[in-house]
Amino acid sequence: MSITVYVPRDAGALSVGAEAVAAAIAAEARRRDADVRIVRNGSRGLYWLEPMVEVDTADGRVAYGPVQADDVPSLFDADFLHAGQHALALGPTEAIAYLKSQQRLTFARVGIVDPRSLDDYRAHGGYRGLEAALGMSGADVVQTVTDASLRGRGGAAFPAGIKWKTCLDAQADRKYIVCNADEGDSGTYADRMIMEGDPFVLIEAMAIAGLTVGATQGYIYLRCEYPHAQRALEAAITAAEAEGYLGDNVRGSGNAFHLEVRIAAGAYICGDETSLLESLEGKRGQVRFKPPLPAIQGLFGKPTVINNVITLASVPIILDQGAAFYRDYGMGRSRGTLPIQLAGNLKRPGLVERAFGLTLRELIEDYGGGTASGRPVRAVQVGGPLGAYIPVSQFDTPIDYEAFIAIGGMLGHGGVVVFDDSVDMAAQARYAMEFCAIESCGKCTPCRIGSIRGVEVIDRIVAGTVAERERNEVLLRDLCQTMLAGSLCALGGMAPYPVLSALDHFPEDFAGAAETVAS
Amino acid sequence: MKRATNAASLPDIPEDVRAAVLEVTNRLKELPGALLPVLHGVQAALGYVPEASVPLIARELNLSRADVHGVISFYHFFRSKHAGRRVIYLCRAESCQSMGAATLEKHIKQRLGVDFHETTANGAYTLEPVYCLGNCACSPAMMVDDELKGRVTPEGFDAWLAAEAT
Ligand SMILES: Cc1cc2nc3c(=O)[nH]c(=O)nc-3n(C[C@H](O)[C@H](O)[C@H](O)COP(=O)(O)O)c2cc1C
Ligand code: SF4
Ligand code: FES
Repeated sequence: MSITVYVPRDAGALSVGAEAVAAAIAAEARRRDADVRIVRNGSRGLYWLEPMVEVDTADGRVAYGPVQADDVPSLFDADFLHAGQHALALGPTEAIAYLKSQQRLTFARVGIVDPRSLDDYRAHGGYRGLEAALGMSGADVVQTVTDASLRGRGGAAFPAGIKWKTCLDAQADRKYIVCNADEGDSGTYADRMIMEGDPFVLIEAMAIAGLTVGATQGYIYLRCEYPHAQRALEAAITAAEAEGYLGDNVRGSGNAFHLEVRIAAGAYICGDETSLLESLEGKRGQVRFKPPLPAIQGLFGKPTVINNVITLASVPIILDQGAAFYRDYGMGRSRGTLPIQLAGNLKRPGLVERAFGLTLRELIEDYGGGTASGRPVRAVQVGGPLGAYIPVSQFDTPIDYEAFIAIGGMLGHGGVVVFDDSVDMAAQARYAMEFCAIESCGKCTPCRIGSIRGVEVIDRIVAGTVAERERNEVLLRDLCQTMLAGSLCALGGMAPYPVLSALDHFPEDFAGAAETVAS
Repeated sequence: MKRATNAASLPDIPEDVRAAVLEVTNRLKELPGALLPVLHGVQAALGYVPEASVPLIARELNLSRADVHGVISFYHFFRSKHAGRRVIYLCRAESCQSMGAATLEKHIKQRLGVDFHETTANGAYTLEPVYCLGNCACSPAMMVDDELKGRVTPEGFDAWLAAEAT
């Protein structure tokens, strides 16, 4: 009997040497005549342990990590194929505290299954959501998604059920399902992990959405920085087509649903749904005015459901387990779970899927283990480049959409980026403006020009005397107000949040060079 | 043959560019919203989207040259000039900043003797900034062509560069 060894093909794991590890294990097994089958799984999301190798034993999977290629001979010497002791041994994977305490619904299969195997997907509960949906009317599916209180995970947290209902009710000869896989927010990688680690769940979800609202064509708009995800998705689409899960007659239902991956071209603004639709149509990614809503007039003018990867990937389990099952997780109006992405200066960065309600402090201290540098944490940016910087005094804020709005922040796509006390918050504020200037689509003056002025004003604040600093701070705050009020979309409309939060919570970092010298 | 007449009226296009563009457009032009897939195809084939290809792409897709130009210039990924043999995309975004990306950036620029958007004198490397590679749990990150790298240190970069040269 061959022994199964798992070595992730997740891009993050590959980026720290997983390919060489897989090759070394194969070579060493041959040399020692060991009967080993290597499965290239997704990542469990315990990135500080990547490349993390797992071995299937009689008592379940055991893990070793972080493994480098030159550790492989010693792993064989220690008989890791039978859970042998080794300096890198982590014990049974499921018992690792970081993983054990999680509530993985959307990520139930990621890191566990072979993402290229449809059989493996089905053996782990895959396609049960679609089977359930096939026995329901479109209206019933919409009702289930609505009852589950699933809100959009791409940033705006809009109820998915309402969007689907609008599209279902729209009359048209053609409708579309679009998956927003642009994942532009820094500090986020949950979409990538799903697409690489469990691509079938996204394909299943999009087929469900298509059957539900009567759409026959789907597009996954994927950022060009994700070539690994592209390969995983395309392989999975081919497999799903071969078994009738996509195509002219999905599972004999008489309904067609086709799916295609489209590659973006490096513009952050194309993560905005209207800009994304322009881009899919082959145009410059300029933001559209709303209304009309995409659900009524979206891609090529047709009713379109556009959802984030995680929103969609949460639908199959809702249909399989029922709305109440999902809704019972969470707090307040934030129901279900959120895959939180811990990033930045942390000892244990990684993916934490938990019900809404745990605090930022639990995430940073208990999961993250404090900073990688060993220095004190000073600030955390939640929700991507447009999210506010949060000081330590607000770390007891629960992960909840409304709680974050209440402190002037936003959860966004669930990225948490930690900075230690060496961070210069004036530089972070300057970067926020610079990023806005680089990525502005150019449609509104406050965003296009204001962001460039913002960079200049921050430079003057930092370089100037006390009087100049005070004058320029007033200017900067004014400018932020103009951007907040006069921008069509959240790029110009929210870029002031990181700037203002840095200014409000960390004013000492803006003290001019002159003052610092004087003091 | 309408096509042949049209082709003759186009400005001079180097033969390799013409062949590459037509291969791509013939394959993809029926797609709805074909321009981005076509530009990706051309850039994959030639390494960039040459100025000279614009009239041909426009004609094949039934678009104006201004449309095609507008799209190429809007997206950071498309380049109108030749790149080096390999393109290094260095992440400048927040998670990588928190793990020393600024120091790494300075080191790489000095080591290669280029600024962002520039190509080394020997034509080997082009350096481009990128704003998150989705590898924020292994910051700082960079991507070389489509090979992702994480936990990159200045020393690690030098070691990689040395290994590349051999
Ligand atoms: C500047 C900007 C960038 C955005 N980037 C993304 C993105 O990368 N991924 C995403 O899913 N949503 C992004 N959004 C949100 C989308 O506009 C939209 O709300 C989302 O695709 C809807 O899907 P959901 O309801 O499932 O979240 C962005 C919005 C703005 C204004
Ligand atoms: S706020 Fe900026 S990015 Fe958004 S529509 Fe206006 S100019 Fe474009
Ligand atoms: S911020 Fe650098 S990879 Fe995400």
